[in-house]
Amino acid sequence: MAGRTLLDKIWDAHAVAPETAATPAVLYVDLHLVHEVTSPQAFAELRARGLAVRRPARTLATMDHSTPTLPAGADGTPPFVTPEAAEQVRTLRANCREFGIELLDLDSAQRGIVHVIGPELGATRPGMTIVCGDSHTSTHGAFGALAFGIGTSEVGHVLATQCLLQRKPRAMAIEVRGRLRPGVDAKDLVLHIIGRIGVDGGTGCVIEYRGEAIRALSMEQRMTVCNMSIEAGARAGMIAPDEATYAWLRGRARAPQGEAWTRTLAHWKTLYSDRDARFDRVVEIDAAAVRPTLSYGTHPGMVVDIDSGVPQAGNALQQRALDYMGLRAGSRLAGTPVDVVFVGSCTNGRLSDLRAAAAVLRGRQVAKGVRMLVVPGSAAVKRDAEREGLDAVFRAAGAEWREPGCSMCIAMNGDRVAPGQLAVSTSNRNFEGRQGPGARTVLASPASAAAAAVAGRIADPRDYVVAEAVA
Amino acid sequence: MKPVRHLHSRTIVLAHENIDTDRIIPARFLTTTTREGLGRHAFQDWRYRSDGSPDPGFVLNRPEAAGAAILVAGRNFGCGSSREHAPWALLDAGIRAVISSEIADIFRSNALKNGLLAITVAEAEHRFLLRHPGLELRIDVAAGEITLPDGGRFGFALDAFARHCLVEGIDQLGFLLRQEQAIQRHEEMHG
Repeated sequence: MAGRTLLDKIWDAHAVAPETAATPAVLYVDLHLVHEVTSPQAFAELRARGLAVRRPARTLATMDHSTPTLPAGADGTPPFVTPEAAEQVRTLRANCREFGIELLDLDSAQRGIVHVIGPELGATRPGMTIVCGDSHTSTHGAFGALAFGIGTSEVGHVLATQCLLQRKPRAMAIEVRGRLRPGVDAKDLVLHIIGRIGVDGGTGCVIEYRGEAIRALSMEQRMTVCNMSIEAGARAGMIAPDEATYAWLRGRARAPQGEAWTRTLAHWKTLYSDRDARFDRVVEIDAAAVRPTLSYGTHPGMVVDIDSGVPQAGNALQQRALDYMGLRAGSRLAGTPVDVVFVGSCTNGRLSDLRAAAAVLRGRQVAKGVRMLVVPGSAAVKRDAEREGLDAVFRAAGAEWREPGCSMCIAMNGDRVAPGQLAVSTSNRNFEGRQGPGARTVLASPASAAAAAVAGRIADPRDYVVAEAVA
Repeated sequence: MKPVRHLHSRTIVLAHENIDTDRIIPARFLTTTTREGLGRHAFQDWRYRSDGSPDPGFVLNRPEAAGAAILVAGRNFGCGSSREHAPWALLDAGIRAVISSEIADIFRSNALKNGLLAITVAEAEHRFLLRHPGLELRIDVAAGEITLPDGGRFGFALDAFARHCLVEGIDQLGFLLRQEQAIQRHEEMHG
């Protein structure tokens, strides 16, 4: 029998009923993360059918998308952008109460972006199946979990049955050979990968990231890589757990403790793709060839490294993207004037991301006319950053230091980029209007974003930090 | 779910590749807590100019789009965010089918669960449909076939289970609830 991939192993262990030609597999879900935007209609469906939540203990809710990142006013009311946003948050609160689901509410010390807090709490663990009504659920795959985004109907399915009907995706391996150069970040790597395979290069697949360069990444960097798997169209991204994974999880609030830890660890050590496992597709990437990489167009596959010129438009749609972005083929991105810089999101809102941005900003100023927003990914990230004095670095440089949330990545809470403005953003999507109607987005690493803030123009982050600081 | 067996309508064409779900329904309209009423914001930032008036150049605003329920779209339609608001918005705007050469995974799954036909056709047929807006098509879901006005026919790809659910009006949550014994067994074995 041929060896099994990591995907095979997790899939087989969760198949309540196997897939047939006529029916998809019934797949058991270990952890269901819930947030305010994609859940209200699912709870309404349960209510209409008189159904309960099957496993409340496997369900964890928080609020992150519609929530303000400015602190509450003197009366304690958070400044929601619209009454609808406030109502959506109230609805989640009421639903969690009615259905007996744990909610990390706005006043919780454990709240934050759903994909930041899952790992932080140790709720995300190797070998699990994890779903959420959010495409960036792929983030949790960094821990060797099978984690993917679902729609609201499926949120209802999981709430009611703890299961999903799923066809097994194909397995794709991305082998990243060699080591990343100093001053090159995980974000640069994943943008480079999406540029290589395309925005639909992973459609129908789960990507397993492998190779020396992946092993060398920190857990936070691995989360950045897995997070953007969906931007290549993949259902999920995953990385087999190793010592870095175990060390990161050990002692976390919801990770197993004592004897349970030892027992669980033995299981985790079986979670890797066998040497003779077969992948449906293998892509090789040379890590040493990756430079600081940014997007120049209107989808995350339109990327270019900081040393090269913007590619020629191959068709009318690519030309339209260049026109939207106000960029010319052949010219370099470096030097392009910047209006807004955003550091945050489930892609790059963790402590190491804030450190990388602060390393550039320390002792420097955000350029005149540039607005910079720094939004920690969770309350814990915010506390840790403040303990290190990162908030003081950002504030002294002239950046805004906010409360945790999705903020300007999805621009549904009032944090948005004005029409025509160009934002260098550590988030994950540069679609037309993603950060606000008419907003132009350049995706970049935290160091590249901070360099742009200081220069007032897109700039090479390697000119701003000694290489060791970002390596 | 109501069975979806046949669809007979005209096509409208949005040839752009990689139309993402933010484009279909921008995030600022996602603060709703219901499924209804999203149609007026479908393709909002293409459909309306910054002063709020309809852009007469946009295909959905043209007179010939009235009543057309089949959207032929460029490759990789529905990429990006998993928001089910995208198929809700399209259905509410009167779209009953999306045809492309490739449809993003989560969008397709969401669409089919709501009775929005998200179907893929071969490259050659896709190119033909893109070049000929306003075609009267007959879609036969059970047969997996599209019939052109001249009687020409070609097949489309649709998952067997999704097809079965559409044709029989089977609700997938109901199907899952009937797996109770298997789910219980799994929980007993795996804790």
